[in-house]
Amino acid sequence: MNLTLNIWRQANPTAAGAMHQYHVQDISEDMSFLEMLDVLNEQLNEQGEDPVAFDHDCREGICGSCDLMIDGQAHGPEVTTTCQLHMRSFKDGQEITIEPWRASAFPVIKDLIVDRSAFDRIIQAGGYVSVNTGAAPDAHATPVPQADALKAFNVATCIGCGACVAACPNGSASLFMGAKITHLGRLPQGQPERDERVVNMVAQHDHEGFGGCTNIGECTAACPKEIPLDVISQLNRDLRTAIRNGH
Amino acid sequence: MATTDTYLNQPSQQQSDDAHGYYTPGAPLVDEKAPTGPIAMRWTNRKFSNALVNPANRRKLNVIIVGTGLAGGAAAATLGEAGYNVKSFCYQDSPRRAHSIAAQGGINAAKNYKEDGDSVHRLFYDTVKGGDYRSRESNVYRLAEVSTNIIDQCVAQGVPFAREYGGLLDNRSFGGVQVSRTFYARGQTGQQLLIGAYQALERQVAAGTVTTFTRHEMLELVMVDGKARGIIARDMATGEIETHLADAVVLASGGYGNVFFLSTNAMGCNVTATWRAHRKGAYMANPCYTQIHPTCIPVSGEHQSKLTLMSESLRNDGRIWVPKKAEDCDKDPRDIPEEDRDYYLERIYPSFGNLVPRDIASRQAKNVCDEGRGVGPMVGDFRRGVYLDFSDAIARLGKDGIEAKYDNLFDMYERITGENPYEVPMRIYPAVHYVMGGLWVDYDLQSNLEGLFVAGEANFSDHGANRLGASALMQGLADGYFVLPNTIRDYLAHAPFAPIDESHPAVAEAKKSVEDRIAKLLSIQGTRSADSYHKELGHIMWEYCGMERSEPGLRKAIDMIRELKADFWSNLKVLGTADSLNQSLEKAGRVADFIELGELMCIDALNRRESCGGHFRAESQTDEGEALRHDDEFAYVAAWEFGGDAGQPVLHKEDLLYTAIEMKQRSYK
Ligand SMILES: Cc1cc2nc3c(=O)[nH]c(=O)nc-3n(C[C@H](O)[C@H](O)[C@H](O)COP(=O)(O)OP(=O)(O)OC[C@H]3O[C@@H](n4cnc5c(N)ncnc54)[C@H](O)[C@@H]3O)c2cc1C
Ligand code: SF4
Ligand code: FES
Repeated sequence: MNLTLNIWRQANPTAAGAMHQYHVQDISEDMSFLEMLDVLNEQLNEQGEDPVAFDHDCREGICGSCDLMIDGQAHGPEVTTTCQLHMRSFKDGQEITIEPWRASAFPVIKDLIVDRSAFDRIIQAGGYVSVNTGAAPDAHATPVPQADALKAFNVATCIGCGACVAACPNGSASLFMGAKITHLGRLPQGQPERDERVVNMVAQHDHEGFGGCTNIGECTAACPKEIPLDVISQLNRDLRTAIRNGH
Repeated sequence: MATTDTYLNQPSQQQSDDAHGYYTPGAPLVDEKAPTGPIAMRWTNRKFSNALVNPANRRKLNVIIVGTGLAGGAAAATLGEAGYNVKSFCYQDSPRRAHSIAAQGGINAAKNYKEDGDSVHRLFYDTVKGGDYRSRESNVYRLAEVSTNIIDQCVAQGVPFAREYGGLLDNRSFGGVQVSRTFYARGQTGQQLLIGAYQALERQVAAGTVTTFTRHEMLELVMVDGKARGIIARDMATGEIETHLADAVVLASGGYGNVFFLSTNAMGCNVTATWRAHRKGAYMANPCYTQIHPTCIPVSGEHQSKLTLMSESLRNDGRIWVPKKAEDCDKDPRDIPEEDRDYYLERIYPSFGNLVPRDIASRQAKNVCDEGRGVGPMVGDFRRGVYLDFSDAIARLGKDGIEAKYDNLFDMYERITGENPYEVPMRIYPAVHYVMGGLWVDYDLQSNLEGLFVAGEANFSDHGANRLGASALMQGLADGYFVLPNTIRDYLAHAPFAPIDESHPAVAEAKKSVEDRIAKLLSIQGTRSADSYHKELGHIMWEYCGMERSEPGLRKAIDMIRELKADFWSNLKVLGTADSLNQSLEKAGRVADFIELGELMCIDALNRRESCGGHFRAESQTDEGEALRHDDEFAYVAAWEFGGDAGQPVLHKEDLLYTAIEMKQRSYK
């Protein structure tokens, strides 16, 4: 198939960006979206034009690197990551608009690449269990009910891609944060630091310039790992409890 | 080395010399740190004899760790907790994205929670045997020993492993072993383990012991007065070339499977960190040992940029077959009657059937496709795929039963291929997945360069010529959490070393060499992209240094790679500038190193005239066409020293001698 691409080009963090139009031919429907961009980049390289920069690594939907806004949808039209989106989801002759994540807490570095280090700093604020290497009891010392283990796992599948933020009109990272709070909060190992965790992570979240949650639900619709909205309820509940406990 | 230990085998004496003219014989190599005495006591004794570092001194000691995968992430967190001053580097935008994240199947540990006869000794035995007796017994024993601590540590961190109804941890059996010792978190075990290590790492960042340098690529090792003292890294966002100095350097930069262009590795996986160290004197051990995984989604066309693995657990329930007749290959598989199908693994290996080890499953798949009986689309001149059929399992367990086990894998398959595996048999084909080769290290994980330590897939130490399923995650975390932090202190006890700064001639020279190389890559201004060279290299490697290797093929490959290298340095085209984010430039530097590595891999494979572990040498097979190992000639680690750009690599041999395990030829018939 042949496609017209409108792509955001921005040379560096301070440069003014703009949309540029490109054309690609003979795209097979078995290609992934990023392989289609590889074709474009080979073509640009031949023509002597700087290839389009975009983040990607595993290309199997698990590392969370890839992050494109495709026709206004984070990761495009399917519930998956950009790298797992295939060209069979598009039609011959289609015009496709490709932009970076848009959020003030994710500044653009170049073209489609943004800086998501704010997520790391939210984790630094408390997204862990404080246990030093070597200090762990036997793994069977504390049984964990299967339902809790399963729930914890399901939300621990978050890949930190940031689609939830990009999709949210408020630029909130509540889904990302709620997933971590729920993951650790469901496990016995996460209990001792539960109150501090939520308070500190939320403070960092706000400090980074992410917006507040107004229950719109765009985040969960865009999330490639289908993290459910109820993690935000859990986040709010944990926050209330922590405040009540004097944090 | 021990004089008190009794060895069960003799040092080997190589008779053949296939690589004559391509290398220079070097002095034998001995691991000076190799422990002796009863195997079960070696690690305990080593930990005890290692020097301690006073807690008050630790924060004055600086350690650089390149890599934030299971090995590097775990090491950085643990050394940070101990109070050292750690700088942690990765090329991704966050430490959480290291390629360990992609591991699916699980992690082994000798917990014997199932009471099915597992033990440290059995895991040790299985791993040495699985590696086809090409690994060091002391290292493997230690790995098995610390495996149990890993599970404890991860659970304490909140890693949500699969559990049984009673709340205890679940296990599965994996990769053809007879016991259930694999811990898992659905098909995302690597992700969950890595997030555990990542969180521990970020906790240390908050505590101020670890500083992370993301989007940083190590491009050179800094050696001062015979010691590894730092690295030169490029800030990939700004293009700035930075110097980082320390008392010790740890490389945990992962594997180099991308030398084959197509592999299950992430796009950015590279050999640059270890290859740069190799060029500075670190030995590269067994570089030709690669693992080809049998259950990957087949290539669909020329545009393909990477291959996707599907967990080997699929082979527990799927049956592998191809049509008996080549003319049936483009038919709908459901229309091919039972009697026209060749379940070739069940036919050739009646006792193991579809569960034969990875290398055998891979090689047989290639054989049937080479015979013209492959299925799926034509790629190049033949079909590269075999069926993995779940219809019997669906009949037996119901669709729900299969869904509960393989749900995410089936979804992934459908997303990539557009075919529904509940209805049409899956197609699979082998792909490069893991490298057992890597930088040579001693028992302390120190390379032959003082102060340079190597952990995880980047080193060569534990898997011999073939890695068992679920053992790489185990090794990464063993190295990172438990081994390296205990051994590096013996070295750091002698630090801090003489203060140096950027003006030191050796440091300035390292930085300048990086700048010069980047300028060179940008100045060629030829016509071909780095990617096109990478693809061509990959074709050569897959064809001649893949599953099956032969003497004439390897010679041809070496010539082709030399030509490719010359062309690369005269006809490469890299646009953009050095002082900005430039993905083409990053790629070009990596491909340049892959080309050099590819040549060494072929030389190593040429020298090793034996079939062993994951690789098959056409000149070394039994009458029945099975792999034939030559312990009399090759029971050694081939450690290659860089011989200069114009010179030849120098081969140092380290004998593999066993006290606790007897060598046997594998048989899966
Ligand atoms: C698809 C797949 C599935 C797998 N499944 C399993 C499984 O089920 N069980 C199992 O045991 N094993 C499995 N393996 C193997 C296992 O995942 C890896 O061997 C292991 O995770 C490697 O860990 P590591 O820490 O050594 O390296 P990696 O996780 O690869 O990390 C490498 C790190 O080094 C950094 N780095 C690399 N080069 C540079 C440079 N030049 N400069 C700066 N930083 C650099 C990267 O940024 C990264 O942080 C699988 C592998 C793959 C590819
Ligand atoms: S919650 Fe979903 S969308 Fe948000 S970072 Fe995690 S995986 Fe991405
Ligand atoms: S590239 Fe890793 S999730 Fe898309």
